[in-house]
Amino acid sequence: MSSSSSEQILKIENLNISFGEGEHRAKAVRGVDLDVRRGELHALVGESGSGKTVTSTCVMGLLPMPPAVIEDGRIYYNNEDILKYTEEQRRKTRGREIAMVFQEPGKYLNPALRVGEQIMEMLRLHLGMSGKEAEVRALEILEMVGLGGNRRVLKSFPHELSGGMKQRVMIAIAICCNPSLLIADEPTTALDVTLQLQILKLIMQLRHKLDMGILFISHDLAVVHDISDRVSVIYAGKIVETGSREEIFNTPAHPYTKLLLESVPDAAKRGKKLTTISGRVPDAEHFPSGCAFHPRCPLAEDKCTKNQPEMAAVDGSRKAACFCLDKEWRK
Amino acid sequence: MSSFVEIVNLEKTFRGRGLSKKGAHSFTAVDNISLNIERNSVFGLVGESGCGKTTLSRSVLYLDPPTSGEIKIDGIDLGSLSTSRLRNFRKRIQIVFQDPNSSLNPKMSIENSIKEGLYNLGYASGETGRRQKLDQRVDELLDLVGITPGHKKRYPHEFSGGQKQRIVIARALSVEPDFMILDEPVSNLDVSIQAQIINLLIELKEKLSLTYLFISHDLNLVSYLSDRIAVMFKGQIVEAGTVEDLMTPVHPYTMKLFSSIPGINRIDEEQDLVFHVEEAGYSEGLPEGYCFYAGEDSEAKVEMLEINDGHVVACFKDNRIERRKL
Amino acid sequence: MNKTRNLLFKIAVFFLILIGVAAFAAPFVSPYNPTDQNTDIRFSGPSSDHLLGTDNFGRDVLSRIIYGSRPVLIVGLVSVSLALLIGTIVGLAAGLGRNMTDNILMLLMDSILSFPTILLSITVVSFLGYGLVQVMLAIGIIFSPVFARLVRAETLSIKTEGYVEASRALGSGTLKIIFKHIIPNLLGKVVVQCSITFATAVVIEASLSFLGLGTQPPEPSWGLMLKDARNYLYQAPWMAIFPGLALAFCVLSFNIIGDTLSERINPRLMK
Repeated sequence: MSSSSSEQILKIENLNISFGEGEHRAKAVRGVDLDVRRGELHALVGESGSGKTVTSTCVMGLLPMPPAVIEDGRIYYNNEDILKYTEEQRRKTRGREIAMVFQEPGKYLNPALRVGEQIMEMLRLHLGMSGKEAEVRALEILEMVGLGGNRRVLKSFPHELSGGMKQRVMIAIAICCNPSLLIADEPTTALDVTLQLQILKLIMQLRHKLDMGILFISHDLAVVHDISDRVSVIYAGKIVETGSREEIFNTPAHPYTKLLLESVPDAAKRGKKLTTISGRVPDAEHFPSGCAFHPRCPLAEDKCTKNQPEMAAVDGSRKAACFCLDKEWRK
Repeated sequence: MSSFVEIVNLEKTFRGRGLSKKGAHSFTAVDNISLNIERNSVFGLVGESGCGKTTLSRSVLYLDPPTSGEIKIDGIDLGSLSTSRLRNFRKRIQIVFQDPNSSLNPKMSIENSIKEGLYNLGYASGETGRRQKLDQRVDELLDLVGITPGHKKRYPHEFSGGQKQRIVIARALSVEPDFMILDEPVSNLDVSIQAQIINLLIELKEKLSLTYLFISHDLNLVSYLSDRIAVMFKGQIVEAGTVEDLMTPVHPYTMKLFSSIPGINRIDEEQDLVFHVEEAGYSEGLPEGYCFYAGEDSEAKVEMLEINDGHVVACFKDNRIERRKL
Repeated sequence: MNKTRNLLFKIAVFFLILIGVAAFAAPFVSPYNPTDQNTDIRFSGPSSDHLLGTDNFGRDVLSRIIYGSRPVLIVGLVSVSLALLIGTIVGLAAGLGRNMTDNILMLLMDSILSFPTILLSITVVSFLGYGLVQVMLAIGIIFSPVFARLVRAETLSIKTEGYVEASRALGSGTLKIIFKHIIPNLLGKVVVQCSITFATAVVIEASLSFLGLGTQPPEPSWGLMLKDARNYLYQAPWMAIFPGLALAFCVLSFNIIGDTLSERINPRLMK
């Protein structure tokens, strides 16, 4: 790895976020540590209610407060704690430095504005470009996202575009100010597989070209397998395992990661029963005590129900939070 | 020997609303589809959104009668049945939808949801102690799908997505069907829950000798559990065969689809950005019913061609030689 | 914020219960006979004998307000029920029927809606004759499109829900689907609409009585009392103030209840 790519652009330390009050208080994020280096794609994998979207929304500064409360934690962007920023400073960072791509492109594009205007608005707002400059730049960016510098696209309304094209436009808007951090929240979940592949390829290519760090939020292990450099697995508001792509996919350490990988069906497993994780995904109001995974974990023992395991180094760059890492895997 | 489900030249056209000329806005969602499903097998139907796979499933269930064509189930032609006999026959075919949240009536306890089917079946009607027998049957069904029967007085919102899908399956089983249409039954569920439901479905299929039409966009999942797979594209089936057949696809669309399955190779970022044709044009669509890949030949209709025992493909060109070169 | 809403809701419910009890037990709770005239005590202000004063014929205002709540509630109840019945049947038929049925029924409903409410009620009442029953019929007909549209829209969305499709697949007939699946699921919104329509019906009844088309004198009604009070606004303001307040609070209460209920049944605002 080159020296520039080891530079941390995002570092989240001990982030704690809760929602609501009284008996309905839910600790959605419980002590998340995470970092993204320049030019790296870090995937945050988790199921619904695991806190992955809350974490990313918080980095973006778009968390509605109330009901959300940031109880503790620091989020460093280029070594500055952005949680201490004023709203004005946050607004300037948003879109300019940290950009976001969402799951449903149709929902986040203004249906009443032409695509070109939506891109140019960003350029004028953040980079102070004039109309002419902005138009030239917008065309360049459309070219970059594979919409071929087509003036017709620039003049189209969102409803005239297909789902894949809308997502490309969303990406164009996100990257138009050369952000150094891109947060992609399930950007391909709503797309068909063939389009998904194209969008993933595009994201990979842009990352290379613009040297952005990408925080990629997903529930889809197969997609993460194809694109990530590093992976963090989040369960019940806590990161349970983090490591390089090879470490996570080849030798998963945490029982949750291991079971999750084994439970994904594919043609190679034909005729065999799928490994399942018993029980249900806990919701934030009722996270179990101790290690939150213990009610579903085949390795769980007494101390798992009482104490919360901390993240500890396993091997290489990998860390995991589990008491039973040394234990023989029971089938 | 005839198959359990036989679909012959099925077509479904939607006529557009509005003031324009009749037929001006008609849209053929299912175009001349023929397929056979063997008893006690899993038939996988894959395709991308808008390819007509859901329309096909609704036509098979006769919820939306097809425009033309024939559907025979267990030798009975559904089109020839009267409305009331169709309603009776329909119980033999059940459907499980993608979204478990909308599949259960929020104002009905799950017990009553399941009893609805039992009443329609006339379960134990006229017998003494019917009430007890109904209760017992509800418990049995819930037990079968892994829901604690003691929870039957609860309402849908008290269950998680995976549990709701189990209840939906129990309700479908209440009328003792032999054919189930599973329309993306796990895609709204969490990853760690999906495997539970898939195992349950396989178990039930063996136990109750059910036949499944499994509709999904998840190619990994379909190739895991199907005996035969059909690939649908713009209202037509472009290729069908066993899983092994489709692992070596012939039709260019199947090739593209199967090469897009995530989770196999790392995406090489140096790779050129391949710019696909359907992205270049606006979504106006192509002339209906013609092969998208055929190019100049696209004026003519494509015929299904059996290239191997049970492996059929709708393509002008035999791509096998070309593909080997790649 | 939520607490004040809750309190308002409770006050509104309490107020309506109070009116309901008063209307039901009027002979027992009202201090005087509402139609007894006593010219000696015309226009006497509020006092210990006559808590809310007397009117131009020396009738007790409090008793007249208590008795006057009867036509208000009866008109509201009957006309809303009538509108609900017509509207639900038409809405279900339009929502479940063929394209043609839908178009014709909705055209009919929309043409009713296109008239100004008061104008239409005056027209209907002048056709049917003056009196309470006619007013109830008129209001019932006028408000049926509101329910028809609501029921139709809800039906259209509910009938595409998975549980309706599943019920068809289980072999249920249309009537069973309507009563087991569609009606229970549109009930919440319909109840809210009832509350809001009730408030409007109360106002229309008062307006028609005010114009002399509704309740006929000497029977008491809030609208009629306001009509009488109009000529003596300076001389005896209590004649207008108290029935006016009763009317205003009644309408306000129904609206508060409607709003609160609609918030409570909206799943997006829940929890």
